[in-house]
Amino acid sequence: MNGTAMNGTAVGDDVKRPAMLASVRELSVRFASPQGAVHAVNGVSFDLAAGEVLGLIGESGSGKSVTLRALMRLLPESRTRIDGSIIVGGRNVMSLSRGLLNEYRGGTTAMIFQDPSLALDPVYTIGQQIAEAIRQHLDVSRSEARARALEALEMVRIPSARERLDSYPHEMSGGMRQRAMIALALAMKPRLILADEPTTALDATVQIQVLLLLRELQQQMGTSAIFVTHDLGVAAEICDRIAVMYAGRIVETGTATEVLRSPRHPYTQALMASTIHGSMRGQRIEGLAGSPPDLARLPAGCAFRARCTRAQAGCADAVPELLPHAGHAVACHVAQATQPLRAVPA
Amino acid sequence: MFAYFLKRLAFVLPIALAVSALCFSLVYLAPGDPLSAVLPSDASQETIEQVKADYGLDRPIPVQYVIWLGKALQGDLGKSISNGRAVAAEIGNAIGNSLMLAVLAASLGFTLGALLGIVAGYAHGSWLDRLLSTVAIAGVSVPHYWLGIVLVAVFSVKLNMLPAMGNGPGGPWVWSWEHFSYLILPAVTLSAIPAGIVMRSVRALVADTLKSEFVTGLVAKGMGHATVFRHLARNIAPTALAVVGVQLGYLMAGSILVETVFAWPGTGLLLNNAIQQRDIPLLQGTILVLAMFFVLLNLIVDMLQPLFDPRIRRS
Ligand SMILES: Nc1ncnc2c1ncn2[C@@H]1O[C@H](COP(=O)(O)OP(=O)(O)O)[C@@H](O)[C@H]1O
Ligand SMILES: [Mg+2]
Repeated sequence: MNGTAMNGTAVGDDVKRPAMLASVRELSVRFASPQGAVHAVNGVSFDLAAGEVLGLIGESGSGKSVTLRALMRLLPESRTRIDGSIIVGGRNVMSLSRGLLNEYRGGTTAMIFQDPSLALDPVYTIGQQIAEAIRQHLDVSRSEARARALEALEMVRIPSARERLDSYPHEMSGGMRQRAMIALALAMKPRLILADEPTTALDATVQIQVLLLLRELQQQMGTSAIFVTHDLGVAAEICDRIAVMYAGRIVETGTATEVLRSPRHPYTQALMASTIHGSMRGQRIEGLAGSPPDLARLPAGCAFRARCTRAQAGCADAVPELLPHAGHAVACHVAQATQPLRAVPA
Repeated sequence: MFAYFLKRLAFVLPIALAVSALCFSLVYLAPGDPLSAVLPSDASQETIEQVKADYGLDRPIPVQYVIWLGKALQGDLGKSISNGRAVAAEIGNAIGNSLMLAVLAASLGFTLGALLGIVAGYAHGSWLDRLLSTVAIAGVSVPHYWLGIVLVAVFSVKLNMLPAMGNGPGGPWVWSWEHFSYLILPAVTLSAIPAGIVMRSVRALVADTLKSEFVTGLVAKGMGHATVFRHLARNIAPTALAVVGVQLGYLMAGSILVETVFAWPGTGLLLNNAIQQRDIPLLQGTILVLAMFFVLLNLIVDMLQPLFDPRIRRS
């Protein structure tokens, strides 16, 4: 994609927003594999304002988790090639030294993992795991760190938090474990939270409680967040803005209301159609015909074209750029050539 | 936790009983007549009957077993056929020597194996990993006695640095450099296999654990290499411990050839002599004691596991 056309900002950001906390430009991630390079992320750009929640949605394999992990520099260094720039809180994440990187990880940006039963160490207590992170980032005594760990557990409203400090992950329910994971992430008061499908491992009723808690704490602390989900209902509920990903690219982005009310990209429309059924809440992305392209052999032109009902001959020629279109931004030759039926008020 | 201990204990008793039955029945599994070793080939029928009665061999086999087991429980393992001495006393002397050798070899093997395994696990898939894994396979596959002979040829015969035979002056628990020097070559020889096995287990454990999501979780909260390693070590310790425990058991029993090469007066040498001389009571007794030692060791390892792994502790 063409950086100059965007004049230094990601498209879809034409609306004036407060100072940007995070700014990602032309991020691309390739993994070495025996089948050749896997192009997991291909030129992703977005901005995130302080206190803003961005939702990344898309089918599984579209590069959402890889994007988040790149933001934390968590991808295996030896087999991964990352290009582009990532600025968070004024710091260039791509060029952080080891020491600064360890300050950044957990301190500036914290991650909430999909499955806390895997992401927590099974042989350390919850209290130990939160306290050691606190001591890594703040110069406090052991007892002070433990006191703060307790505060963090109380903040996420874990019942009998004091006893829970000494519990091991396997002694807690899935919902409690995810609350503990959230406490761990928020204990260092990060400026950016990366949450990778934080509730998919939980029961439906617990999912909503945990989501609402996360949303509440995020607003209370004024933290920004990037929220990966393939639940459009969740996205509508908690995100300010949405970026729809397909084959490692953002194909449509804008405010949550815009994108979900009047999707322009055929992929977004297909996602909506396959899940809408009257209500969007709780529906998963499913039943979309065909499968995503092989990321080791991306086709020329639009990656969605093989599954697209509106594909035309020109779609094979060039990768569509993400361009402003009727209030948000879309990367589709066909949509860009059509006048939107209804102008969406800004 | 207490219930866990009781359960392990209840599990071990039938195993111990079965092992003792197996040891006893060795007499009948071994080819040839156990009496032929003590009796002249032209012994009269009366002499044979007399000797049979002396050793209790005229009773039905299950009765013999119960009597043998009852005595064994009181520490009486009968008399050696070849020299008439009490089997229990013979084993008592030998087991101290073997235990010292086995503990040293296991510690050496564990230290070396764990160090190399950690390095290889961190360097998983690299040339260093392949090199270390090859060394480990060599350590496991090289015949014990051959390694022992090579070490003797180099360090005793050529360099004249270390003694090659026996366990030195005094008893097994005398601490002096001279005494210790006798231990070195057999211990190094014996440590090759546990070092190789521990290395391979630790390597796999480290490589797998490094790939696990909780390690990513630690990195994501900004923890440095030292902390990640501490978590890793705590996670793999129970399994590594179990591997060493089993190896220690093998070392006690499996050092026949090495003890023979170094003329080390331990249970291995005792077994070797018992086999050579068809000394059934000595053979039975030694195998019984070694097998019980093995069972006990596994029990200890099982009991130690919950100290390291909270998932066992509280369930
Ligand atoms: N460490 C890795 N090595 C090789 N390929 C990877 C790695 N991590 C992810 N991928 C590939 O990158 C693509 C995008 O994955 P991911 O970001 O996890 O998708 P999702 O949108 O479901 O989160 C997938 O095809 C996945 O197989
Ligand atoms: Mg994912």
